[in-house]
Amino acid sequence: MNLPIAIARRVGYALILLLAVLVLNFTLLHLAPGDIAETIVGESGGASKEMLAKIRKDYGLDLPFHEQLLNYLDRVAQGDFGHSLFFDQPVTELIFEKLVPTLLLVISSLFIAIVFGTFLGVFAARRPSGLLSQLITVLALLGYALPVFWTGIMLVILFASLIPIFPTSGMDSGPLGASGVGYIWEVLHHMTLPVVTLSTIYLAFYSRLSRASMMDVLGADYIRTARAKGLSEQIVIFKHALRNAVLPVVTFAGLQFGALFSGAVLVENVFSWPGLGTLAFESILRRDTPTLLGILFFSALVVIIANLLTDLAYRLIDPRIKTGAKA
Amino acid sequence: MTALLEVNGLSVEFDLKDGTVSRVINDLNFSLTAGQTLGIVGESGCGKSMTALAIMGLVPMPPGRVADGVIALAGEDLLGASESRRREVRGNDVSMIFQEPMTSLNPVYTIGDQIGETVRLHQGLSRRDARERAVDMLRAVSIPAPEKRVDEYPHQLSGGMRQRVMIAMALACQPQVLIADEPTTALDVTVQAQIFDLLKELQEQTSSAIILITHDMGAIAEMAQRVVVMYAGRKVEEALVDEMLTNPKHPYTRGLIACVPHLEAKPSEERKVLTEIPGVVPSVAELGRGGCPFAPRCAEAMDRCHDEMPPEIIAAHDHKVACWMHVMAP
Repeated sequence: MNLPIAIARRVGYALILLLAVLVLNFTLLHLAPGDIAETIVGESGGASKEMLAKIRKDYGLDLPFHEQLLNYLDRVAQGDFGHSLFFDQPVTELIFEKLVPTLLLVISSLFIAIVFGTFLGVFAARRPSGLLSQLITVLALLGYALPVFWTGIMLVILFASLIPIFPTSGMDSGPLGASGVGYIWEVLHHMTLPVVTLSTIYLAFYSRLSRASMMDVLGADYIRTARAKGLSEQIVIFKHALRNAVLPVVTFAGLQFGALFSGAVLVENVFSWPGLGTLAFESILRRDTPTLLGILFFSALVVIIANLLTDLAYRLIDPRIKTGAKA
Repeated sequence: MTALLEVNGLSVEFDLKDGTVSRVINDLNFSLTAGQTLGIVGESGCGKSMTALAIMGLVPMPPGRVADGVIALAGEDLLGASESRRREVRGNDVSMIFQEPMTSLNPVYTIGDQIGETVRLHQGLSRRDARERAVDMLRAVSIPAPEKRVDEYPHQLSGGMRQRVMIAMALACQPQVLIADEPTTALDVTVQAQIFDLLKELQEQTSSAIILITHDMGAIAEMAQRVVVMYAGRKVEEALVDEMLTNPKHPYTRGLIACVPHLEAKPSEERKVLTEIPGVVPSVAELGRGGCPFAPRCAEAMDRCHDEMPPEIIAAHDHKVACWMHVMAP
């Protein structure tokens, strides 16, 4: 099986998965207690029974469940995710607006965790019982034990009052802020704490992982061969060993992308980051079903794309993986 | 002829977990001239591979270290050389083939890459010239369709093919000394013969000296001109191959030769029971006790053997042995 077919097959699976996500989420939210019509009415300050009935009819809420579901799927197929009840904006527009800040946060965190984690792991592997190795073990333990929101709140306390060098809320300084290059700097400044919070755990995890994997690879016969060729230690480590050692890190990064995405919900709320997480939190509180469904759909889409990219990266790094699952 | 490679008084020590130090190679001497094949024989754990690693400068440090001795290549002391000089020698003047062809190639690079890497490093060839050299080398080791194979990955090749690639890689810079550490142990018997033929053929073309490390006396008979028998990190006997096979002096050497199975001419004939040497090679922790290390397994051991290490004596013309039997009864 060649690459285009493998990709086409993956995309086919992804579409089926997305359909399942839609049906499942719609059903779950339908089962949740509470009446959407009453929520809508509540926003406008209460109304009569007739008004409620009219809203139910207008929104198709009086139809049987399966018809509501089919209507929803039909609209989604046409690219219409409905209209937000609370924000009074088309859901797609709302999500695309918030998706960029979230992706910025998540991808930066992942990038930092992978790059720094791998390098720390590589250096630690050179001295398995050295200081760096032990530090990484402690960091990994801490990273795993500390919940993301707690780390976030502690950083907020630290940098809001004690050492006020990083902003602790928002993504920019608002309308009074800079523009152009200055704006980029401003965003970088604002994202420091959220990215640190989100990446710490993964950084610790990947450094542990790459340390173990690197130690394994350094004992391999082909590393001895590389040394016997007279290659310098740098080339042995960074050309011959690293490419083999990085495979488990890539696997885990792909698998954990979803977890990272949901971790972003907490971090965004702690740092008032204007992303999907904040939006999701708001729409849960407001019972904004169309928005919530849209967010869940796009999150699933992003995770599926991330897994597809992981698969491709894996094929690029390791030539032994040519075909994926055998038919 | 002057020696190309000279190993003199080589000792390698390892720090053990319990804090003691073990001499895994003890006062080893041998030399090698250009175009010659020297066989080093012994069971697993006798220090053969460690000798090879010491010559390559690849003894794992820590816990190991070369404690004493001289390793000289064409008169140049390698042990005293700087690490960068050693890297220049490694893979260029002295190269090595390992016993595990299945795992000795890096799975994520093409074989062309891996062969070409050596010549690019040592001879400064361009990427394109290195690729061409890789194709030539693959042709030299009789790999069919080398232009196509050069872009393949190790997992696409069989074990025998991979060992050919390893040989191509080791010979790409036309080294003066090639160390082959059990190059055929992991391969089929028919492939073994092919690899030996290939090594002999390439040696004739390049006049490289070969150190063949093996536990197989049959391989020695086929390949080597000179043999060093090692036991527990020491040389116990050294002679030309014909002398060694016809007139072995040390009980250990006799045991090794007796271990080679023979095909009987007539299948109906009663088959001889295959001989074995009783006992096992002493472990690293047991090295360094007084007396001949082989004494506990030796059928002919005398009291003296358990107490005192026998000196190396000349037992016949160009035939050295370290055994009390020959010291006492000349």
